[in-house]
Amino acid sequence: MFTGASQFAMVGVIGAGGSVWAGAATAALLGSRNLLYGVRLSSLLGVGGVWRAAAAQFVIDETTAMTIARDRVEDSRFAFWATGIALFVLWNLGTLIGALATHALPNPKVLGFDAAPPAAFLALLAPRLRSREPMAIAIAAAVVAIVVLPFVPAGVPLLIVALLVALYGLRR
Amino acid sequence: MIWEGVLVASAACYALKLAGLSLPQRWLENARVQRTIPLLPVALLAALVATQTFSTGHHLVLDVRAAALGVAAIAVLLRAPFLVVVASAAATAALLRLL
Repeated sequence: MFTGASQFAMVGVIGAGGSVWAGAATAALLGSRNLLYGVRLSSLLGVGGVWRAAAAQFVIDETTAMTIARDRVEDSRFAFWATGIALFVLWNLGTLIGALATHALPNPKVLGFDAAPPAAFLALLAPRLRSREPMAIAIAAAVVAIVVLPFVPAGVPLLIVALLVALYGLRR
Repeated sequence: MIWEGVLVASAACYALKLAGLSLPQRWLENARVQRTIPLLPVALLAALVATQTFSTGHHLVLDVRAAALGVAAIAVLLRAPFLVVVASAAATAALLRLL
């Protein structure tokens, strides 16, 4: 998996005691935006076969932003591959270092590490709140998640929120 | 069990990306689909912020994480980089627990 918000969410759900499958579903739902990015990028990249299979793994927020911001197709393609490869290598290297380093850490709560995930999710959310509708949806989603949380298994509040927002978006 | 879930979720996330590059454009031109997909991360991220700040297991709790989130929000408003936002929240929680 190479798509940050999904990775954080899956770890977050499992860490909060949710089932692996609730975590997996949340990760996949968060990854659905990459579908639209792929559609946006396909004509710019013009890749087929093995190259398309390789390019697909690099379709994320950052590469999409860097690719569509270029004026010329050659620049777009260069931006896509350069951003994708650089991020892929550094992100996974950072993840590996983090995974190895946790064994050397004392109680993570003492370092405030349990407060880090919500801050990370907030930082990922903020750029998406540019108008009134997403702002209202974010507030409603937070309220719904908190209200249902005591009554359903961990991780399920997220799936309820996803279902409600899908119904809202797909209404006629 | 965890690794099975990770593998399935990874395959799903990759398949979504590959589908975006591969499917005919008109399949995804439906206005409702175009409108809904960007709303999913907004709702899910907001729900994650709320649940990870105000709950422990099945219980709603108000603890130092709420203050940490407030500091993170200020950092976001000041357009601080991602790492600074996350580190400021962790530092806030750690300091308040020391008091």
